[in-house]
Amino acid sequence: MTTATPGRPHPMQGELDGPTRVDLYRTMVLIRTFEEAIRRDYYADKGPGFDIGKGLVPGEMHLAAGQEPVAVGVCAHLTADDAVTATHRPHHFAIAHGMDLRAMTAEIFGRETGLGHGRGGHMHLFDPSTHFSCSGIIAEGYPPALGQAFAFQRQGTGRIAVAVTGEGAANQGAFHESLNLAALWKLPVVFVVEDNEWGISVPRSASTSVHSNATRGVSYGIPAERVRDNDVEAVHLAASQAVARARAGEGPTLLEVHTLRLWGHFEGDAQGYRGDLDDVPARDPIPAYRAALGAAGLLDDAAAKQIADEASTRVEDAVTFAKESPLPDPADAGAYVFA
Amino acid sequence: MSTTTGTQRITLAKAINLGLRRALESDPKVLLMGEDIGALGGVFRVTDGLYKDFGADRVVDTPLAESGIVGTAIGLALRGYRSVCEIQFDGFIYPAFDQITTQLSRMHYRSQGRLSLPVVIRVPYGGGIGAIEHHSESPEVLFAHTAGLRVVSPSTPADAYVMIQQAVASPDPVLFFEPKGRYWDKGDVDLDAPLVDASTGETGLDRAVVVRPGTDLTLVGYGPTVGTCLKVADAAAAEGTSIEVVDLRTLSPLDAATVAESVRRTGRCVVVHEAPVLYGTGAEVAARITEECFYHLQAPVLRVGGFHVPYPVSKLEHEYLPSLDRILDAVDRSLAY
Repeated sequence: MTTATPGRPHPMQGELDGPTRVDLYRTMVLIRTFEEAIRRDYYADKGPGFDIGKGLVPGEMHLAAGQEPVAVGVCAHLTADDAVTATHRPHHFAIAHGMDLRAMTAEIFGRETGLGHGRGGHMHLFDPSTHFSCSGIIAEGYPPALGQAFAFQRQGTGRIAVAVTGEGAANQGAFHESLNLAALWKLPVVFVVEDNEWGISVPRSASTSVHSNATRGVSYGIPAERVRDNDVEAVHLAASQAVARARAGEGPTLLEVHTLRLWGHFEGDAQGYRGDLDDVPARDPIPAYRAALGAAGLLDDAAAKQIADEASTRVEDAVTFAKESPLPDPADAGAYVFA
Repeated sequence: MSTTTGTQRITLAKAINLGLRRALESDPKVLLMGEDIGALGGVFRVTDGLYKDFGADRVVDTPLAESGIVGTAIGLALRGYRSVCEIQFDGFIYPAFDQITTQLSRMHYRSQGRLSLPVVIRVPYGGGIGAIEHHSESPEVLFAHTAGLRVVSPSTPADAYVMIQQAVASPDPVLFFEPKGRYWDKGDVDLDAPLVDASTGETGLDRAVVVRPGTDLTLVGYGPTVGTCLKVADAAAAEGTSIEVVDLRTLSPLDAATVAESVRRTGRCVVVHEAPVLYGTGAEVAARITEECFYHLQAPVLRVGGFHVPYPVSKLEHEYLPSLDRILDAVDRSLAY
């Protein structure tokens, strides 16, 4: 746990019990079902052609399909009392951290019943009940995670903060300021870097001077690890140790997960810059995990179908709630600039 | 460590120091964070003695990392603390600009009141101390232009003492611009002054104030230029001109009503600030006054301020800062219109 060696095997791998493994799968399916539903309704009335400003859900949409193992593997160790600061691609972490699906979906649809009464949108999900926040400016959530960790440290409650960025954001100044501060003050924080290999259109190799951001963690005196596979159980194991360290007052840990951006940077992104597109579907982590659970005798077709159906029911309930909710009243637009 | 009471004649820096001390004493959730604010007491000694009396847990020396400082304050605010961040010099606020404008200012709005961000960012600003750019700038309008930030600046020790406590108590993020050229000006401060006006329920964070009554022209300043405006009024009085001086005290929200009420009586208005005139506070005041009391105006609203150049080297700053002569010239132009 204290080196930046990529792909070091975990001695504890495979020790998760069956129900826990199925739960990890269930949450990943819920997230994927959600992202697919958002994608469906996002495209439903963007045409003819593709007008990003049109439709039920106008504006940019950054979906997290393929990155479910990161959120699910990390958040499995958290409670709603722990804080999470996420990115412009926040849905998977929001769901894995237990955000209310109806209020979240309504916010994405810009409705009055949303978390921010439809003023924030999909990149600005603020939920006090799960201590969740996110921002469209990359690496920007790192310093506020420190502040929350600083508060938890002072309160001595054992609560922790998790700060998420993509690998592209690890080149921002705020990332480096935060690593130094967290190590200096030994804060109860887990830094999570989602390396999906692409900063919009620029590959990691063209943007980042090191092979692994775990190296950067180590350079600040922070135990750091690169999880080589987009495998929820590998993330779960690495995160269990990182979270335990933070809760025990032993300071920050950095986890970089080599994950997968299954779809475009944003919906509507044709990804012409991407040479690996043909290989992408086969790298989808959810069918792979389903097969692994099936081979272990933990998940048959009927159980998998039940999980899918339950996810669909929950997601469609949230989508229906959002669609039936009123739009914000422009007359209220000036409220809450100041308290 | 015990709170001093009664009225004392102290500097503006000491007034802020005593206001911070009172805030630390009255609320255990108040923290100070910044560069060199601990054992040194800040480069201007505004936090002098607080580290010794309240300890490293409450008066936190930070790395040189303004984005990290403000971002940490945001996180602390989300978890119930009230941080007062010291930005060492005005120009050092730029690395924190992102956290301030894209997070601190917006979380309350984006969450429609579900989140509260009580963070104070103290910024020694303005010129007159012989320092060069980044140590003498007036970037306040950058923040006043951003919805969700209170932007205030005291001009006297008495106001500084009360306003810093009001800023700490405010549920909103407050950019607290301290006129560093006036840090050593002395004034009488009532150390038992209430934080809320007993008759109106208002605080200094909401209202401009007429600091000298007059009948012929309204001179509007804030922070470091209020003292200069008062000297202008003295000089003009010697020539038989009665000038009313308004101290804005708050740029956001802007109390245009107090200025308009004054201009309706005087018919003339000159706005003075150290920041560049272009797109500055004077432009906003001029627009608001033109909209609200056009038919009372005897002359266009004039502006006196910095020029559209980077802050000059110290040998030239007297040319850049609004001087008595430049303001008097604007007064004469207004009166002659």
